[in-house]
Amino acid sequence: MIDEQWLPVIFVGLMGFSVLVYAILDGYDLGVGVLLPMGREDEADRDTMIASIGPFWDANETWLVLAVGLMLIAFPAAYNMVFMHLYIPAALMLIGLILRGVSFDFRAKAAVDYKLAWDRCFKTGSLMTTLAQGYMLGQYVMGFEQGWATQLFCVLSALCVTAAYSYIGASWLIMKAEAALQRRSVIWALCSGRISFVGVAAVCVVNPLVNPGVFDRWFDFPLVMFALLIPVLCVFAFIFNEILLKRLPKHNDRHCWVPFVFVASIFLLCFSALAFSFFPEIVPGKLDIWQSASAPESLRFILVGTVIVVPVILLYTIFSYRVFHGKATELHYH
Amino acid sequence: MLETLMLSRIQFAANISFHILFPAINIGMCWFLLYFKVRYDFSGNPVWMRAYRFWVKIFALTFALGVVTGITMSFQFGTNWPGYMETVGNIAGPLLGYEVLTAFFLEATFLGIMLFGINRVPPKVHTLAILLVAIGTTLSAFWILALSSWMHTPTGYELRDGVAFPTDWWAIIFNPSFPYRLTHMLLASGLTASFFIIGISAYRIRKGDTKKAPYKTLKTGLIVAAILAPAQAFVGDLHGLNTLEHRPQKIAAMEGVWHTEKGAPLLLFAIPDKENQTNHWELGIPNLASLILTHDLDGEIKGITDFGDDHPPVGAVFWSFRIMVAVGLLMMAASWFGLYRLRKKGRLPFWMLKTLEVMTFSGWVATLAGWYVTEVGRQPWLVAGILRTADAVTPVPASSVGFSLTIYLTLYAVLLYAYIHTVRVIARKAILTEEFETNEPTASGSLMNVDAKGSAKGGTS
Repeated sequence: MIDEQWLPVIFVGLMGFSVLVYAILDGYDLGVGVLLPMGREDEADRDTMIASIGPFWDANETWLVLAVGLMLIAFPAAYNMVFMHLYIPAALMLIGLILRGVSFDFRAKAAVDYKLAWDRCFKTGSLMTTLAQGYMLGQYVMGFEQGWATQLFCVLSALCVTAAYSYIGASWLIMKAEAALQRRSVIWALCSGRISFVGVAAVCVVNPLVNPGVFDRWFDFPLVMFALLIPVLCVFAFIFNEILLKRLPKHNDRHCWVPFVFVASIFLLCFSALAFSFFPEIVPGKLDIWQSASAPESLRFILVGTVIVVPVILLYTIFSYRVFHGKATELHYH
Repeated sequence: MLETLMLSRIQFAANISFHILFPAINIGMCWFLLYFKVRYDFSGNPVWMRAYRFWVKIFALTFALGVVTGITMSFQFGTNWPGYMETVGNIAGPLLGYEVLTAFFLEATFLGIMLFGINRVPPKVHTLAILLVAIGTTLSAFWILALSSWMHTPTGYELRDGVAFPTDWWAIIFNPSFPYRLTHMLLASGLTASFFIIGISAYRIRKGDTKKAPYKTLKTGLIVAAILAPAQAFVGDLHGLNTLEHRPQKIAAMEGVWHTEKGAPLLLFAIPDKENQTNHWELGIPNLASLILTHDLDGEIKGITDFGDDHPPVGAVFWSFRIMVAVGLLMMAASWFGLYRLRKKGRLPFWMLKTLEVMTFSGWVATLAGWYVTEVGRQPWLVAGILRTADAVTPVPASSVGFSLTIYLTLYAVLLYAYIHTVRVIARKAILTEEFETNEPTASGSLMNVDAKGSAKGGTS
């Protein structure tokens, strides 16, 4: 029997894991949507870009449902508080998710004249989703305050998250695309990478300044020696990726997968930094995980299933990525 | 607050009504697709493969709509109904969690392989992927109906300070109304999918499509519908008896019985009048309601007035129930007659094709009407006996809910139009396509075997 004190810790770990996997996996397919070029001559590129995420987007989005689901199951009080405050941005994000999800299928099946319109919907939906998520992240970090400074920070966060998703989306395309589109993706990755870097740096400065608890935690000697490893590694990842991107594509397409790994590591590092800033609080400054946890008998019941099922999910997810490994090919519904 | 409550209720009803349209088709249709693919695997007859290819396109579109509208649902509890999770979160949470874990990932991951992987995996693995998607969609229905049923007939819990805590998970999942509601919904999905397949196949044939695939799918759909329709009537009756036992006021509303009476008539038509607690323009068959519900011509049925305030709005439940039953009977008649004519003459007359075409979405009407009976019939409770709907609503300002509701409704109207339009476009494209020219796999790899097998037995097509 697991101790009642530990159950919330396990669940916040699981939730964090789902959020991270979601940010990386749905991150790249949202990013691909944001990057979609809309010119008439770009139709072939759009087809390839969408083909590269075709078999995956649905399962990727399921990680969001799991993350939100875990919050709803394990920390219902936090779930209620967060989504009451984020009512409008959450609604906009859902509309964005609906738009992009349906456009994906409609574009392939509607009459030809509507294809461009659905592509526009796909891009708009992706953009709405990433902006709304970034805005919500900003609100969350700032403890749902209303002032103009908070709003400004939230707008910055919205842009930064959009840039970060574009960054990982472009890296995904470098891995999955060839020739002209691959070269285009390298340029996208360079641009969005630089914007992401500025954004991450801004959050690093603002977060400890507005949240005194966070400041104390980051600059508490001797922990600071380990804690500062996170931003240092993050800066290195940005720099190395920049150097590598400038040399891509290489002969025989060597290292085409490396940028994706770099960006995924940056996501991991940023996520660890946020987790380190706030744990064990689940709503910064308002609720900790023990205050908001649901009944231990419920947590134990779902934990049994989680321990059995999540490894199986990971296995068949890997299987699916192996089936569709290699460069993206044209999609046919069979 | 009242405005927020009404708007939130409308929004929830709109979201869940729009969502259910797509799973209602897909839970059933995925088993049809598995059947087409397995028939092809065993016979090598390319007609089955063509049937599969045509329907899988529509399935993919329907699936995408189901997924994205479903994500909305998982956020709604928090955004609009915080009281729900506060009171019964300990029970609802794990059930929803198991749905995500066992169903959503399974169907979403293997859908990718099912839709795009036919050239990349061996044929058997591809068929297995279809099976797993079918199991996933059905499991999803299992968990969500367990929760929905628990909200009607809660068992296996105890209340501490007004909050529900689980005491027996087996009793929670297999609560008294669950077996009936699950079977009723799975059959409803089977019927919805059957009539969807029948209707579009009939449309293709009526528009002059002489290929074999639409005839095969028309016949398959008719056979399945002809079996499921009477089964549904039987299960529906059992479900009704179960409701009578656990929630008699819902039955009273469904039958339009205001005052307790013996030998109640089965009303075919009536205008329930809330003010005067009576019906106008009643037209009924004497004693039949008593006979159906109590198996006794003079059996007593409790009236709505016996329940004080604790009863659902009568008009909505009364009429939804009649619409559901009428459409169900129509489906039974259409499938039996259609199958009879098809067996006897080998084809259907023009007017029959046209009728079946009109009935393409009849499953949607019956399913929605049925859910309105069940969900409106639970009011004023959100969770029967534990939580009232009015006590669960969010303190978010009405203007915010109005804003989100307006966007949802606009979006849903556009999407519904686009969906139906696109299904027609796919059907029309299929009519114009020459049989051997398209849809045949041309890629290399494992499919070469399929091709060889297909052409070797090509004489049968």
